[in-house]
Amino acid sequence: MSSVRRPEHLAPPEVFYNDDEAKKYSQNSRIIEIQEQMSERAMELLMLPEDKPCYVLDIGCGSGLSGSVLDEQGHFWVGVDISPAMLDVAHDREVEGDLILGDMGEGMPFRAGTFDGAISISALQWLCNADKSSHNPVKRLYKFFSTLNACLSRTARAVFQFYPENSSQVELITSQAMKAGFYGGVVVDYPNSTKAKKFFLVLMTGGNMPLPKALGTEGESSSVQYSKKREQLDSARNSRGKSLKNSRQWILEKKERRRRQGKTTRDDSKYTGRKRSGRF
Amino acid sequence: MKLLTHNVLSSKCLKGVSVGYPLRLNATDIKVVDVDYNSEFVQRMIPKINYSALYDAAQSIGHHNGLPDTVAEDYEHNEEFLKAVHHVLLEVDIVSGDLECPESGRKFPITRGIPNMLVNENEVNEINDSNGY
Ligand SMILES: C[S@@+](CC[C@H](N)C(=O)[O-])C[C@H]1O[C@@H](n2cnc3c(N)ncnc32)[C@H](O)[C@@H]1O
Repeated sequence: MSSVRRPEHLAPPEVFYNDDEAKKYSQNSRIIEIQEQMSERAMELLMLPEDKPCYVLDIGCGSGLSGSVLDEQGHFWVGVDISPAMLDVAHDREVEGDLILGDMGEGMPFRAGTFDGAISISALQWLCNADKSSHNPVKRLYKFFSTLNACLSRTARAVFQFYPENSSQVELITSQAMKAGFYGGVVVDYPNSTKAKKFFLVLMTGGNMPLPKALGTEGESSSVQYSKKREQLDSARNSRGKSLKNSRQWILEKKERRRRQGKTTRDDSKYTGRKRSGRF
Repeated sequence: MKLLTHNVLSSKCLKGVSVGYPLRLNATDIKVVDVDYNSEFVQRMIPKINYSALYDAAQSIGHHNGLPDTVAEDYEHNEEFLKAVHHVLLEVDIVSGDLECPESGRKFPITRGIPNMLVNENEVNEINDSNGY
């Protein structure tokens, strides 16, 4: 069986995310839904101070789907992306945040202590590739993380949803983040589902805090602090694309979280998470 | 690009540039937009931004009307001041022009409101572990 080739192996991001690819981010409802869900989960893991409008950096902001989630939550943001075609889609979507054309691997071009937090959806794995002969992934990752650390406030987090290719790539990424002064680790949601499994790198400035609990782990935690090694990433390549929102468990957990936050939530019933019959 | 973004951008990623701040702003097209006023956000940003850089940038493009040249002392309770800052930070939009590194003179073009901060490999600052980032 031949495996699907990873986009990062096909072309550099500014070439892969051309007009055709970028168009999908404004037209393909599945892509849009998945990007939004992952952004919402990243925002949960970011744990910004409640009900405060924050200033957030969106790394690999692309077409602004993640930015729209930030808009909805009342935050102000700046996005950086290397693909002009993706930024054009964001521009046409009239997102509230400002857009910057830039390459993560060249460092984040901001003053120290600027942002309350940062999110990044499906972009980080691109940095592990050498797209030019002069590219050195280790150096680019280090430059990225160290300049990111500098532009975050002293008690901030950065949350990256990413698609690691294998466990050594996770090691490469986390070791460079640690070297750049971050604390944190990887949270794996739905670790036992090949389709719904999602990786979130949760980084913190200021000090080490316990990692948030992963979803879909029924008690046992699948958060991995940096120091621990693990070899559970072999099926990472299958992790793309399952619609999490259709699962009953996802809905139950989301409702539970809303209840804990004191928000109004409908009671669970045997119908929760079922497909609706008939049209509305 | 809002003046808030200008206020936080720096060119210190360039080789040989130590501070790279504030970038000189040259605007050829400016648009004034409406952004909902959020008093809490403006209050939170005032201690974070570089106020004199904001004032100078606004003045350099002729949009400093109503903005005092220093932060009002009781700014949390000074609605008039907060609204003036809100306007300059978020509602004055640079559509085209460029940002210029104050040390090297390198220009970063702004088109369709998007600054291009990409640099060539030979322009980037190699950082090493002992560097104080
Ligand atoms: C799957 S898309 C994410 C889209 C985005 N979250 C959205 O809402 O549209 C990944 C994005 O990462 C960007 N990217 C990849 N490598 C990058 C780099 N080195 N620097 C900046 N952005 C990069 C791509 O251009 C692409 O827009």
